Amino acid sequence: MSTDQPPVLTQETISAEISAIHEAYRERADATRRPLPVHPPRDFLPYRSSALRHPTHELVRADPEEIELASPAFGHTDVAAEESDLTIQHSGEPLGERIIVTGRVLDGEGRPVRNQLVEIWQANASGRYVHKRDQHPAPLDPNFTGVGRLITGDDGSYRLTTIKPGAYPWKNHRNAWRPAHIHFSFFGSAFTQRLVTQMYFPGDPLFGLDPIYQSIVDPAARARLVAAYDHDVSEPEWAIGYRWDVVLTGPRSTWMEPEDADHA
Amino acid sequence: MPETPFRQSPSQTVGPFFGYALPYEGGAEVASPWHPSAIRFHGTVFDGAGHGIPDAVIEIWGADAAGGIIAERGSFARDGHVVTGFGRAAVDRDGHYSFTTIKPGPTRTDAAPYLLVTVFARGLMYHLFTRAYFDDEPDRNDRDRLLGDVDPARRSTLIAQADGEASYRFDIRLQGDGETVFLDFDAETDG
Repeated sequence: MSTDQPPVLTQETISAEISAIHEAYRERADATRRPLPVHPPRDFLPYRSSALRHPTHELVRADPEEIELASPAFGHTDVAAEESDLTIQHSGEPLGERIIVTGRVLDGEGRPVRNQLVEIWQANASGRYVHKRDQHPAPLDPNFTGVGRLITGDDGSYRLTTIKPGAYPWKNHRNAWRPAHIHFSFFGSAFTQRLVTQMYFPGDPLFGLDPIYQSIVDPAARARLVAAYDHDVSEPEWAIGYRWDVVLTGPRSTWMEPEDADHA
Repeated sequence: MPETPFRQSPSQTVGPFFGYALPYEGGAEVASPWHPSAIRFHGTVFDGAGHGIPDAVIEIWGADAAGGIIAERGSFARDGHVVTGFGRAAVDRDGHYSFTTIKPGPTRTDAAPYLLVTVFARGLMYHLFTRAYFDDEPDRNDRDRLLGDVDPARRSTLIAQADGEASYRFDIRLQGDGETVFLDFDAETDG
């Protein structure tokens, strides 16, 4: 990217834009007595790449039909057990802080999302992705790819072992840094429950500055993407443990589903 | 509005660097090219400036040829025979995606057949759902409830066009002229 693009877009400008949008959403929520939206507005300009990539028409409300109320069947034919450990994919040990991330995937009524696919991907401990377009001058780790998959258990639980990713610089504005995060992809028992999101680590000083994290205008919803340190998950002389539960869409889209539709 | 104890986890963008993680070998081959009913289902994802975008990933999910919901596993480990109904393909540098699949049948007697299409991209905070109906099903399309509900001026954005033998083209415009109709199946919880 060329460096001669005046004017420089500063963090101050981005932060002011974020505050203004949050304020506008709060006022609208107060005026209409409706809760703040859970999901980020798709036209969140502080994240500049959204500018030309969000629809301008309102989405058309549709009743989910059979296809939307079902989901592809995944199983252990699709995913090997060792794919949930990102530290054993190469001949040597990856560098960085070994962590365990565990939790449950639930639907909006708190029922476990059983036997469904979870996919994860992340940067290495230096904040570098194994992606040819990632030009961040931080070292690749020959022992870390940063990709994992697993199938949730009968109680909706998942557990993965990985390395804590580093913060990652990007070019949204000058001196932009993403808080450390792990990308997660989830399938529910209905395709309407599909969710791709990011998990963050507690206490990250970059939270307030990041237009992607701050694209979620509801502070309580933002907090739900932050894992909790859990000493019961940590393993002595081995790994630091985090717990993160995930809730897919609310009851509406799963309501009419028979209880036993998905766990054949 | 009653508080539910289980509050949804919000979406975040798939970001730019999913290319080594989400696409997988055989992801775009929902059916083998030699399957007797194989079709090509392809198109380009455009942004609001009319440019193909290079960093989107598309998922399709559809019924079998008789309109039945498929419960076969193996979408990630294709055996070359079983059609699982699910596919995933990243777009190329010009924003083009291409699947080999089968044309689904209608799941209801009064509905038209379609593929559910899900769009993820850098710059897109929250995925978008749409449906790809087929232009060689005019009678069924005329009776379909969703197609009937949609603004007639925008209806064609939901219909894949036959562009060759056993080939359908379904372009996706995220914004601007000819913007694709995107669907909200979950309006209640979406704010």
